[in-house]
Amino acid sequence: MVMQPASTEIAAKTAAVISEMKSLEGPLIPILHGIQEEFGYVPQETLPIIAEALNLSRAEVHGVFTFYHDFRHHPAGRHVLKVCQAEACQSMGSDAIAAQIKQKFGIGFHETSKDGAVTLEPIYCLGLCACAPAAMLDGEVIGRLDADKIDEIAEEIRS
Amino acid sequence: MGLVHEIDFGTPASRSEKQVTLTVDGFEVTVPEGTSIMRASMEAGIAIPKLCATDMVDAFGSCRLCLVEIEGRNGTPSSCTTPVMPGMVVHTQTGRLKDIRKGVMELYISDHPLDCLTCAANGDCELQDMAGAVGLRDVRYGYDGDNHVRAKNDGVENFKWMAKDESNPYFTYDPSKCIVCSRCVRACEEVQGTFALTIEGRGFGSRVSPGAHELFLDSECVSCGACVQACPTATLTEKSVIQIGQPEHSVVTTCAYCGVGCSFKAEMRGEELVRMVPWKDGKANRGHSCVKGRFAYGYATHKERILNPMIREKITDPWREVSWEEAIAHTAREFRRIQYQYGRTSVGGITSSRCTNEETYLVQKLIRQGFRNNNVDTCARVCHSPTGYGLGQTYGTSAGTQDFDSVEHTDVALIIGANPASAHPVFASRLKKRLRAGAKLIVIDPRRTEMVKSAHIQAEHHLALKPGTNVAVVTAMAHVIVTEGLFDEAFIRDRCDWSEFQDYAEFVSDPRHSPEEVEKLSGVPAETIRGAARLYATGGNGAIYYGLGVTEHSQGSTTVIGIANLAMLTGNIGRPGVGVNPLRGQNNVQGSCDMGSFPHELPGYRHISGDAVRDIYDSLWGVKLDDEPGMRIPNMLDAAVDGTFRGIYIQGEDILQSDPDTKHVSAGLAAMECVVVQDLFLNETANYAHVFLPGSTFLEKDGTFTNAERRINRVRKVMSPKNGYADWEVTQLLATEMGLAWAYRHPTEIMDEIAQTTPSFALVSYDLLDKMGSVQWPCNEKAPEGTPIMHIDGFVRGKGKFIRTEYVATDEKTGPRFPLLLTTGRILSQYNVGAQTRRTENVAWHDEDLLEIHPHDAENRGLRDGDWVRLVSRAGETTLRATITDKVSPGVVYTTFHHPDTQANVITTDFSDWATNCPEYKVTAVQVSPSNGPSDWQKEYNEQAQQSRRIAGQLEAAE
Repeated sequence: MVMQPASTEIAAKTAAVISEMKSLEGPLIPILHGIQEEFGYVPQETLPIIAEALNLSRAEVHGVFTFYHDFRHHPAGRHVLKVCQAEACQSMGSDAIAAQIKQKFGIGFHETSKDGAVTLEPIYCLGLCACAPAAMLDGEVIGRLDADKIDEIAEEIRS
Repeated sequence: MGLVHEIDFGTPASRSEKQVTLTVDGFEVTVPEGTSIMRASMEAGIAIPKLCATDMVDAFGSCRLCLVEIEGRNGTPSSCTTPVMPGMVVHTQTGRLKDIRKGVMELYISDHPLDCLTCAANGDCELQDMAGAVGLRDVRYGYDGDNHVRAKNDGVENFKWMAKDESNPYFTYDPSKCIVCSRCVRACEEVQGTFALTIEGRGFGSRVSPGAHELFLDSECVSCGACVQACPTATLTEKSVIQIGQPEHSVVTTCAYCGVGCSFKAEMRGEELVRMVPWKDGKANRGHSCVKGRFAYGYATHKERILNPMIREKITDPWREVSWEEAIAHTAREFRRIQYQYGRTSVGGITSSRCTNEETYLVQKLIRQGFRNNNVDTCARVCHSPTGYGLGQTYGTSAGTQDFDSVEHTDVALIIGANPASAHPVFASRLKKRLRAGAKLIVIDPRRTEMVKSAHIQAEHHLALKPGTNVAVVTAMAHVIVTEGLFDEAFIRDRCDWSEFQDYAEFVSDPRHSPEEVEKLSGVPAETIRGAARLYATGGNGAIYYGLGVTEHSQGSTTVIGIANLAMLTGNIGRPGVGVNPLRGQNNVQGSCDMGSFPHELPGYRHISGDAVRDIYDSLWGVKLDDEPGMRIPNMLDAAVDGTFRGIYIQGEDILQSDPDTKHVSAGLAAMECVVVQDLFLNETANYAHVFLPGSTFLEKDGTFTNAERRINRVRKVMSPKNGYADWEVTQLLATEMGLAWAYRHPTEIMDEIAQTTPSFALVSYDLLDKMGSVQWPCNEKAPEGTPIMHIDGFVRGKGKFIRTEYVATDEKTGPRFPLLLTTGRILSQYNVGAQTRRTENVAWHDEDLLEIHPHDAENRGLRDGDWVRLVSRAGETTLRATITDKVSPGVVYTTFHHPDTQANVITTDFSDWATNCPEYKVTAVQVSPSNGPSDWQKEYNEQAQQSRRIAGQLEAAE
């Protein structure tokens, strides 16, 4: 992958985020969060800027960035639906639930619908095992998923 | 013979003094506190299976193969991460452990290609060894599941598979063979300090990634090869091993590039070099290397290497290949004729800092005994001669005071005019390791080098001074130390001459030396100078490392004296972690100086005018030595132009490219009647030569090199000289032809003569070197095992001498015609004039010299990145391409001198150090303007070079 020089706009916004967080102890992850908040994802070209500012190598920043699934490589859809695929939910049929959801929106995990309405992602435990199978829509957890709940979710997404 | 096997203890040694005794598999073993169980059991000869552990890096505990059981403890802790405790009873092999290990190996192998027979690591694969060690017979999971091994699974693209990365010229990265042990990542971080590698992703998706998922060549990787050495599989493999196969024997020898003097195992198959692997017992490098030492040896077999002697009447003639007998007879005849015709002092020679001590000794002996004059000089003239003068005057020795291990005890490092990350990479790695552990760094350099700021490195203070103002800045630091009372009075009273100190204190206390005054001429903010001085004086063990940015100035010697003064003022001399350390540029520049290469000094820095010293040689050599110092290189060239100097024997130095004011050098050479060049290649100087004697590489001879820490390292022959003779043999042939009764059968006999005649080498012998690995001079009755740290109880000269350091601005000044200051340096992948590295794959990183210019200066001149520019000084002009960077300050431009096409030394002037004639390479007033391409001079030069490299009977000229 060839590193693209950042556009001045992205570079300026990145610099602002960095200067705000740089004094924190262990500032890299807060900065990545800040960048994601700013742009909706972490643009590749911000990584060398972060590395330079924190005296890290590009490799190190890349390693941390790719370790956490929640840091996005591309912008997400307007809504983000995360379906739990961990053990408890699996034992309560989350595989089938996920298949229904995928069919409903016509996308797989880590994909965004063509109209940009929703991004679908797997997640591993929401701490909601008692209400398995569980999911999370835009940060709000939903328990005891079934066909009706999926319809409700679809309605909210399309509204 | 066989391979030199090095035991891998799995984790680094502990430094603790306290000993701990434990039992491993029934054997008692005593080790320092803090040692891992893995290392302790290896000390007892019990190898615990392991994959992610190796003793070059800290324990990591990820492979889960080295588990052990400890009586009285639950579970199966990993032996690499568990420290020993007194009375511990450890079992390394139980039924439970066997099952766990086998299970772990099954998982590894289920995602690993099974092409062992055709794999490059076959015979040198730790994964294979471990499969054998744990008795793996079956993989219950099969090989069909999710994997990184196959490009397609049942015809469907496998996105986990990654193609082999062959971008690096020396090694390949095959992700399909990776077991994600992180050894490469840790070696890059902990040993090399570049942090170019990481593990991307997580879980089963984890992969080693150079940079941000880049190709190795595009990433931050500097190709030191530590990762390749650390890799337990064929994931990272030398291309030479892929091509040739595994080596069958190895010989420990010493690298022939920079003054760090790294020890390597040359791993051979027959007479073919398979690879160079840094030797862990090497005391300079401790198992590490850089891209040059490990990989850039291809020049030894390059097609342009000249293997037959050649002569010609005139330099405009083509070369004629002749026999050794004819070449030697012709040369001897010519030198005798010239001396007969023009006098005894009309000939001379230049020793080589690239050759061994023994070879250097013989060349100066040939000149003193055979030519009967002292017209001998060496390339140190153009690099560290001011070090010899400055440290000799103040301390009494002409060498660095410490060993490289000393840096592990340093609290504040002060780097002046040196960029070790490029020029002394292995030392830089060791320094960076210490900096990451908390030591502080001050850098005095016009450029923002990698040592000022790079991954995990940030200098506390960067004094970006104007080139040429070193003396002022160093004196200003002394001003702060004296006026703020930060000096070490007890040390000074004890070790130095108190009245000389008082004189120096009075001198530096003058307000004209204050940082505020010096700021005006150096451009360094006063507060930065004050901060740096305070930190160096009060921050604990302060060590100074300096390079050619100090010496190659009209006041080079004065700066060296100023540096020596700083260390004396603060008591930073005579113990580990402190000292004054010149970073010597060439593998044996220290040695060539030690061996009497200067016109005024016999071996061991003894002045030629001393009757007692001359007597030693007079009686041994059976001649009466000339008691007058001979000519230095610039004097020889001047005399040549005047017509009084007519013949020169140059062993292994390209003075035309490396000495200042190229036009003057070429005029001098052109005026001589017999120029003899002994080298590997038809270098630039050879364009003016009448006799070419092919040289041998460091792989083809026995001898010793002396590195920057005064360490005498053995060089061992691993293959026969392709040209027929080692360089010392060639000199001997010439000497005997000239009637001298030399009969050395092996370099060991030359070393015996050196030891016999030179007090500081009195006890050095090949036997001692074989026994100790290496030894640092002085090595004599007082220090039978050598001297790692000098001036421990007092200075060699007696009392340390403070000498005033008056700043005198160089005559080379900027003005309206030449408004910028040019300074020169090296980069990592190339070496000096590039005769060797340009003939290796290292050109992948640097295939031309570029001019670094600040964006502000570039904009003024309408320059864009990559434009051709004309670089003009009072001395000459050249053209090259520009790169725009803020590493240089406005008003300063910088270039390297690795390529003869650029000829940076056409630009440099003939100003030189007042004491030693060391040229002022580091300051030249220049102008930069847009250009369309090479200058007329460059075109003419190339044409002349092409012409003069013709060899009769060969269609195409070499090079």
